[in-house]
Amino acid sequence: MATVETRGIKKFFGDVAAVNGVSLLTKDGEFLVLLGPSGCGKSTLLRMIAGFETPTEGELLIGGKVMNDLPPRARKIAMVFQSYALYPHMTVFKNIAFPLKAQGVAKTLIPQKVDWAASLFGIGHLLQRKPRELSGGERQRVALARALVREPSVFLLDEPLSNLDAQLRASARDELQQFQRRIGTTTIYVTHDQVEAMGLGDRIVVMKAGAVRQIGTPEEIYDEPADTFVAGFVGSPPMNLVRHRDYILGFRPENFHPKILNGNTKIVAFRFNVTRVEYLGADRLIYGTLIGDFSDQKVIARLPATVTVKIEPANSYDFTVPESELKFFDAATELRIAPRPV
Amino acid sequence: MSDEKRRVAILDSERWLGPLLIGPAVLYIFLLVGVPFFMALYYSVSNTTTGGGTMGFVGLRNFTAVVGTPKFQTALKNTVIFGLISQVLVLVLSNALALALQGDFPGKRLIRFLILLPWVAPISIGTIAWLWIFDSTYSVLNWLLRMAGLIHGQGYMWLGLPHLAMGSVIAVHVWRQLPLATVILLAGYGSIPQDIHDAAAVDGAGFWRHFFQVTLPLILPISLVALLFGLIFTFTDMVIIYNLTRGGPFDTTQVLASLAFYTGIAGGDLAEGAAIALFLFPLLLAVALGFLIIAHRAEVT
Repeated sequence: MATVETRGIKKFFGDVAAVNGVSLLTKDGEFLVLLGPSGCGKSTLLRMIAGFETPTEGELLIGGKVMNDLPPRARKIAMVFQSYALYPHMTVFKNIAFPLKAQGVAKTLIPQKVDWAASLFGIGHLLQRKPRELSGGERQRVALARALVREPSVFLLDEPLSNLDAQLRASARDELQQFQRRIGTTTIYVTHDQVEAMGLGDRIVVMKAGAVRQIGTPEEIYDEPADTFVAGFVGSPPMNLVRHRDYILGFRPENFHPKILNGNTKIVAFRFNVTRVEYLGADRLIYGTLIGDFSDQKVIARLPATVTVKIEPANSYDFTVPESELKFFDAATELRIAPRPV
Repeated sequence: MSDEKRRVAILDSERWLGPLLIGPAVLYIFLLVGVPFFMALYYSVSNTTTGGGTMGFVGLRNFTAVVGTPKFQTALKNTVIFGLISQVLVLVLSNALALALQGDFPGKRLIRFLILLPWVAPISIGTIAWLWIFDSTYSVLNWLLRMAGLIHGQGYMWLGLPHLAMGSVIAVHVWRQLPLATVILLAGYGSIPQDIHDAAAVDGAGFWRHFFQVTLPLILPISLVALLFGLIFTFTDMVIIYNLTRGGPFDTTQVLASLAFYTGIAGGDLAEGAAIALFLFPLLLAVALGFLIIAHRAEVT
């Protein structure tokens, strides 16, 4: 059990800063997700924690000890790669046993440890197969078993679910979270999928262009975004951001409802010109523009299927947002600012 | 108008275009490889000489006559020894070279180019250069050893003493085969995904375990191909022997290929020369088949 800490860590490739000053501290046993678009530096950060890249500046500590110059095998970590990186010429048993042999574990102890790790993931019946004879989901479980069998202090996961099909991904997500709660090892998980991040993380680190934009629980990230990037990145469809006077106004599509639905709560009204309605089954997405004060900026509203108000394209309606759900951002810095009159 | 139509028709015709384009190559192989091969097959069971005249069938008499001679047996022994020793050396050295070229360092491109030169240079020219290096009076090797104070006086007769001559021939074989093996292995190393190396690093594998248990099994199929090429080139080569030692001293560096040349062409007994030359054919065929089967079994993806 260990915590991972980075202090002002930077990584330059030539003149390009892939990671530009990241300081974070995990809690013992937490599931921390590094979330961000391609090129934000999350994978580079993970590789520095693993030991495949040396930080250009800053310090990396695992379990309180500085690890900057130590090779991966001295760090008591385990990693699951996006491609799983199973040894193709070895059976599943040998794949899982490899880290134990490399560590010098006694030969007599190896079979029982492999069996223990395999049973945790339900792959005991696959031990004599080779990786090319396994399905994607089975390969992923072998990769997890191989990582677990060393009983590491930290788990590093690099987008391990992205090679699975959508249906398998949801069930794999569920199993992964239960597994992590059960063994309680500190886990750092990299993904660009915000649904995965919200579903799995105890805390999420939202990154862009090598820097951390916000660290917080899923609720904090979603309800109290620190800037327009975080607000727009998390949530599907993204938060509506409209320029108004000298600030940016933000509100989520699910809070943007026809006036007749909002009761006595303090609300702010908009005139909404509808261009398109998408029926998605459980929700309706309504695309349109705000007219009047807000000079034709595009916004989206989300109505659950339980709301049956008739909304037609090429019509204008009165839509409202509860005042408490409005977020305000500075037009220049894009950071969150205190509420002000609309 | 109809002329052009006819021309276009041929170029578009699936039935004719393929054979038309491959025709020259097939003709070349047939005339320059196929016909001589079958002629050699016939010569080996006939009593032909370079003087011409006779071409009668004599069965396996040439083979039985030559197999018992000490010359032949030495040549056979040398063929196998030179081949095996040089290929073992090539295997080890090319692996080391390919591994060394994995990292990034200044001048890497230049080194890769220089490594290819022994293979690219015409074999006779390269061997003649080695002739100078091994010359008993003017050898630059002896000169270096004298400068280093390791020997005094005349120095070694690299091509004049049996064991030294064998070593010299093997050295030139290794020098010549190294580039091809290295390039093939470089391709093999490059085909291993970086993820696998990273996983092995995280799993705690040190250098030797990483090399022998992870890297080597994955490049085994392609290594076997490189080994196969090397063995065949070495077993069938006569140019290096001819240029360096002429088979001497006293036939101690004779191999089957050079013996066939001296017997058949220089000596005039074409039939016996053909028999010697063909001796290796079934052996090499079996070796090639064996290797390709092993390589196929070793495939992992």
